[in-house]
Formats: sequence, C-alpha cells, structure tokens
Amino acid sequence: MTVSDLVRRGVSVFDQLELLLPLVNKPIQYVGGELNATLKNWDDVQVRWVLMYPDAYEVGAPNQGVQILYEVINERDDALAERTYAIWPDLEALMREANVPQFTVDGHRPVGDFDIFGLSFSTELGYTNMLSALSLANIPLLAADRDDSHPIVVAGGHAAFNPEPIADFIDAAVLGDGEEAVLLITDITRDWKQAGCPGGRTGLLFELAKTGVIYVPALYEVDYLEDGRIQRVTPAAPEVPWRVRKHTLMDLDSWPYPKQPLVPLAETVHERMSVEIFRGCTRGCRFCQAGMITRPVRERSITGIAAMVENGLKKTGYEEVGLLSLSSADHSEIGDIARNLADRYEGSQTALSLPSTRVDAFNVELANELSRNGRRSGLTFAPEGGSERMRKVINKQVTEEDLIRTVTTAYSAGWRQVKLYFMCGLPTETDEDVLQIAQLARDVIKAGREATGSRDIKCTVSIGGFVPKPHTPFQWAAQLDHETTDSRLAKLRDAIRADRNYGKAIGIRYHDGKPGIVEGLLSRGDRRVGAVILAAWQDGARFDGWSEHFSYDRWMGAAERALAGQVVDVNWYTTRERMKTEVLPWDHLDSGLDSEWLWEDWQAALAEVAIDDCRWTPCFDCGVCDQMDTEIQVGPTGVTDLPMPKVPDHAPVAEHYAQLPN
Amino acid sequence: MARQAPIRDVAPTVQRLRLRYAKRGRLRFSSHRDFQRALERALRRAEIPMAFSAGFSPHPKVSYANSAPTGVASEAEYVEIGVTERCDPAAVRAALDEALPPGLDIVEVVEANTPDFVQRLEASIWQIELPGLGVAEVEIAAQKLMAQGEVTVERLTKNGVRSFDARGPVVLLVVEPGPGCAILRAVVRHATPSVRPDDVLTALRQAADLVPPAPPRVTRLAQGPLDPVGATVGDPFTPDRAPLAAAKT
Repeated sequence: MTVSDLVRRGVSVFDQLELLLPLVNKPIQYVGGELNATLKNWDDVQVRWVLMYPDAYEVGAPNQGVQILYEVINERDDALAERTYAIWPDLEALMREANVPQFTVDGHRPVGDFDIFGLSFSTELGYTNMLSALSLANIPLLAADRDDSHPIVVAGGHAAFNPEPIADFIDAAVLGDGEEAVLLITDITRDWKQAGCPGGRTGLLFELAKTGVIYVPALYEVDYLEDGRIQRVTPAAPEVPWRVRKHTLMDLDSWPYPKQPLVPLAETVHERMSVEIFRGCTRGCRFCQAGMITRPVRERSITGIAAMVENGLKKTGYEEVGLLSLSSADHSEIGDIARNLADRYEGSQTALSLPSTRVDAFNVELANELSRNGRRSGLTFAPEGGSERMRKVINKQVTEEDLIRTVTTAYSAGWRQVKLYFMCGLPTETDEDVLQIAQLARDVIKAGREATGSRDIKCTVSIGGFVPKPHTPFQWAAQLDHETTDSRLAKLRDAIRADRNYGKAIGIRYHDGKPGIVEGLLSRGDRRVGAVILAAWQDGARFDGWSEHFSYDRWMGAAERALAGQVVDVNWYTTRERMKTEVLPWDHLDSGLDSEWLWEDWQAALAEVAIDDCRWTPCFDCGVCDQMDTEIQVGPTGVTDLPMPKVPDHAPVAEHYAQLPN
Repeated sequence: MARQAPIRDVAPTVQRLRLRYAKRGRLRFSSHRDFQRALERALRRAEIPMAFSAGFSPHPKVSYANSAPTGVASEAEYVEIGVTERCDPAAVRAALDEALPPGLDIVEVVEANTPDFVQRLEASIWQIELPGLGVAEVEIAAQKLMAQGEVTVERLTKNGVRSFDARGPVVLLVVEPGPGCAILRAVVRHATPSVRPDDVLTALRQAADLVPPAPPRVTRLAQGPLDPVGATVGDPFTPDRAPLAAAKT
C-alpha cells in the first residue's frame, strides 16, 4: 500500500448524489446496477482503473471497447475497473453546488481516487467532456499540474492515433487494440506500486514510455518552423523511443469478450447484443481511418462467433444480435454463419442483424437469411461517392450497375426502403459529383418500381461531411470549407425536390458543414490546438457531438482567442493542403502504415486509380504486417456445422402438473 | 407483394400469471419503460415460455397495471403475463427474480383465477419520508389539508398542464416519527388523473405552506381493494388464491 492509497479510499458518494437525483432528467443513468456489472472490494486489489466513455450514458454504456476492457481488467485478481460517463449539464450544476465529485456508476466512488483514468475516444468531439470530468473529479486539467495524489490519465480509441490536441491534458495514450495494453499498464503500475512508487508519478510515466507502445506526450518536445509547420518531434530522454507503436491483438478466438455483456436499465442507443466477427479491414477506402489503422484483418472463427452469440443471449436476454465489424459481409464464412444462426434461432423471436453492409446482391441474400422471421423494413448501403469518378478517387469499388442490381434484388425480396450513405466534401469533388447522388437515387427508385410493379418503395439518401483523418491517404488533403459544403448540399436537395416523378420517394438527410470544421481542427490538430479546446470548454463547450449543445461560433471564438499571436488559425489546420515534406503532428506515432505507401495511395487517388483488397490479391505493401509483425487471419476454417447444443424443448420452469379440479 | 403480416403458428396462452414486484433502493430511479425492458429481458433469460402476439412484430403478452412514478420506490407493483405452457408460480417467481437485477425483486406470483384484477387496485398506501421536518409541523399541515374539502393542484403531464383535486382521493393521512425525519403515511384512492405522492405534497404546500427542505423519499407500500371503514388497503391476490386453497382442502 502506498501513501496515496491511504488517502484515496474509494468511499461511495451515493448518499450525497441520491439527494440530487430526484431533481434531474433520467436519473437511472447515474445509478448503475446494470445486469452483469462487477463491483470489487477496493482493498482487495493493487491497481484500480476507472474507464470513461466521454459521452452520455445512453451512448457510452453500449460501447464495446469499454465493456471489453472493463471485463479484461476485472478478471485479474490484482486489479479492478469501474465506469464513468459524461454528466449532463443539469446534474453537473447540482454536483458543483453540492461539492459531489465525478463518480463511477459501479461503486459511486470518486474518479479522483483511482490509480488510472482511462478514456476511450471514438471521436474527437468527446474532448470537452473529458475536461468536464477531470474538473468535476478535482483532477488538474493540465497534466503538468498533477502530482502523486492524482490518477494517471490515459487516452485510447481511434482518436488517440493523433492525441496531440489533447497532449496537455493526458498523461499517456495507447494506440490500437486495448486488451493487452491495459494488462501491460496494470502490470507496470502494480510493480511500481509494490516497489514503493520509485520516482513518483514521473517515474511511472517513464516506465510506461520505455515500452515503446505507450505514448507519454510530456516526454516529447515539439519544435516549430517560422511558418507554423512542425520542424521536429524529439524524445526528451535517451531511453524514450523515437516512435510509439500501435497494439494489435491477434487470434480473436482466444479473446471472446465481452463474456458478460452489460445490460443497462436505462434506454441506450443500441438495444442489442453485439458480437465482433472480425477486426480490421483492407478494402482500402481512402477516407476511412478505421480501415487504415486497424489492419490487418483478423477473423473470429465461425464456431467462436456461434458460441459468443449463444452465451450472450443467455446472459443478457436481448432479442437482437448485431454481428459487428467494419464490413461484416466480408467475413470469409459469412454465408454459413448467417444460415446457421438463422436456423438456430428460427421461431425464437431473436433478430439478427449485420449493421454495416456492402453494395452487392450477396449481401441482400444475407439480409434475407437473417430476416427470415419477418422483419424486412430497411436495408442500408454505402456507395459513399455519388459519381463513378468520385468512387475511384476514394477507392470505393462500386459501379452504378452493382448498385442497381443490388437494390433491385432487395426490393424484389420484399424490402421496401433502401438507405444510401454518401459523403460530401471529398478531395477533387465538384458540384457535379454531388448532383450525381440525385441521379443515382432516381435510378434506384426507377429500378425498384420496375422490379416490384409497386410505387410503395422508398429511398433515403443520407449525407455526411467528409473530414480528413490522420493515418489515411487523405491526411494531406484540404478539407472543404463549410460554405461550399452547404451550397453543394442545397443544390442536391433542390435537385431531388424538383423531381416530380421521383422526388417524393426520395428522402434526404444531411447536416450543415460547420461541425465538420471543428472535427477537422481536432482531428489533424497539433499541440497548439489544446489551448483552443480549453478555451472552448471554459466558454461552455460540452457534448459537442449533440447538435443541441454544439456551437460553432463558440468554437471559432475560442480558436481566435487561443491562437491569437500564432501564425496558424482554423483554416490552416482544416482547409489547407499539406505537402509531402511536411512533418505531420502524428508522424512519430506508428500505425504500421508506411508513409511512402500512404503518399503513393494519395497520388493514386488524385489519378483516379483504384487498388484491390490484399485478402484476395497480392500484398501491396501498405507496411502494416511487416512493421507490426502481424498477418491476415482469415478463414475459411472448413468448419461448417455449429457444434452447439440445441435449446431444450421445454423451459425449465414449465411444470406439467395435473390440472387442478375446479 | 402485399404488406401482410406473416402467418405464424402462434402458440395459445394456456395460463395467466400475476406478479407482484418491488422497486427498491437505487433502482427506484428506474422509469416504467426501464422496468418494461428489464422484465422482458428477464423473461427471456429465465426461459419463461411466454405467449406472443401475432403480427409484424410479435410482442410478449405482458399487461402492466398503474406503475409508481420514477424516483418512487415500491413494494407493491403488479403485472400479468401469459404463458404457453403451464408453469408453477413459485418456480416462475424464483427464476424471474434471479434473472432481474437486485433491486427489482419479484415478491409473489399467483395464477390468475379471477377476472377484473386491475379494478381491484382501488387505492395505494404511500410512505413519504420527509427529512429535516418534525412530526409536529407535519401533523398540523396534514390536519389542515384533511380539513379542506378540495385542493386543486396543477401538474405537467404529457398532455400539458392539468388541474385536478388532490384532496378528495386522500382517504387517510397520518404522521409518524422516523430517523431524522417525519414519515407521512397516505392512503389514496386511485382516480383519473391519478393523485400521486408529489401531488399530495403540492396540496400540503398549498393548503398549509409545508415545504420539505430536502427531497422526500417515497415508497408505495401496498395497492389493492380499499377498505373504507378501516381506511386501509387489502391484498389484491386474495381472490386468486381462494380456488387454490379450496382445491387443497
């Protein structure tokens, strides 16, 4: 036991919180009590983690990443993990007034009492919620102001692949898969505590940095050129490695988490059980950060998936199972998986779904298989680019014929609604490329009407603004300014609405371009952007992913103040194209992708040249497998039958006792 | 292709079971919808052979009676379920209680042997703990309220602000001492709109200026047939138990 363990007792604050709960909206989100949650004794372990998904409970609780790490840590005898989520402004105000600190939903323990505060950032828009949590937890916002009594703040998730904008606020960042990383951090922290905390907090951070797989921003110095670009990023000590590698979990079958999926009482955004059927994607869509940073593809086996589905349904009672991955129809045995699961759960009111779908007829067959029980409401496809040319630029290899054939199959099979996802603001895009979306939607409706002989079919077009992301071929690209984004979307909307024949059958959904600019600033920003985040938070920025809380003007005001006197501004970070020679803020963070390859792929994009998927064609040297010593792990395994027990014919509680005489 | 619900073999309901459950501790902050989801999942985990409705999206046959408001604990909430195989009520109670999170507890299960169950839920007994208030001041306020024939209160419902009499349905209002608080015990007849504990508190504020310094802790102790003479509430399961008891003798 260390000195700080004597001070940080992890005593529940529920009694104080309870007095505030009757006064707030949806109090259930703050009380915990989820089915399958774990609450361990504070004094039985040496290393204590608090995990946060920095958004509202209804979004954060279903998050698979946090659920997996929560379970992996809690399975250890020497560690515990509890969870905390972003607190809505109504309760935040009451907590500040009553001096109630940020708490965990498991034990209602103060977040500041834990050893390690891990945050999972799926999106950069959670950064301000991190500051709220730190502040409510009475942890200094700036890492430099913390001492041995404060937790180590560790960022993970996809946004952590460029943690530079939050470098001032975090103590460490982990790139890539978290399962083994949290175990490593737990080991190092335990050993350090057992040795009497040598060197204090700095000593621990140094131990973490030395591994080469945990990034400690304070141990790197950034120098800038006069024009604002980065000159170099250098380690502050000889033992600190020049580059920090991402983590890659191999053999998914040996990590069947979550084994005990959490079932919240409160309503959440995903009311279903999720099973990750593979990790990684090598389709090579150039805009897609997830596909680039999660390579290589690692499949879970057909038997591993079946066992997880069965176990999860038993443990949760959910009536829907989602088969998750970046492109689920790409699993080498997806046909067998879908058929076997559909057979197994036929008649049981259990719905199966493939949330991410690919444009091809096979995918519709899969959807038909999974919806045997009857629900055929809508199917979603993502052509992403409106014109054939655009789809070559982004390497989304879908032709218009593919799309028409796919939707015809879908409408003929009884699906009434097709949703199509597109992006606006892609590199080299013109108004014409975006207006092609209208033509495509018209062709879709036309084909559907011909195939079904009915006018009762619909197509919804959903358009997101493109934000260039680090570690992708588009990391050098200029982001489209929000005025042009908005004008393109307005032209598209007018074109669709003006169509007398098809306009009424086509729905259109989009957001304005402003939030994308803030996301762009946070995505490709460097350490100087930290001051903008702090200023925006001080001005009241919270829950930036929620349109009712987001304010573009607040962010721009904050940026103006925080970047005053600098040669850089918001446009410099967003709408400026980068040159090959520029040092990017994340260049010292190794996703395995060879930067030469990324540049070549960027050039190929500009030349409208597509590249194939390395699962079916020879390796094209993206660099990941060599650099990370990993390999593609895909089937087919040859196992086609699910060796699963049949559910009993009779429920255990059904008792066939004789009818009682009346 | 016509939009018709697929024709399925819908297994018939062979037995109806009535459940009494409690909402305790921190889970009193669960809303009625939260409980509905938790119950339907627990029914699946416990492998209760539920009867389902026909149609496009089949739903398990569950009927909910008037539920306590979010934030209010309860010892006496009721639901009825339909099953496709005969089940032992005691086994269902144990299995379902095991499958629900602690704090949502199944107290008792009986086979439905009588009609008109919901009509039997005529009144509730509410226990309202008022931290920071003394018995004497609450007693005076309660007497003031009971002395009035009618006290109109307003409450925001999903159909807008409604005004109704919160005094008439209050059959009994007594005060007892508790640890650091006064405890109000109210017997309230079910009416439309229903008079809830917060309406009684609003009425006390309006009629007698009683303002609790801290949020009250409220628990529904019972629901059932109103005994107007003794101003108390009976057990609504009694008629369902009667045939069983008769059969055993």
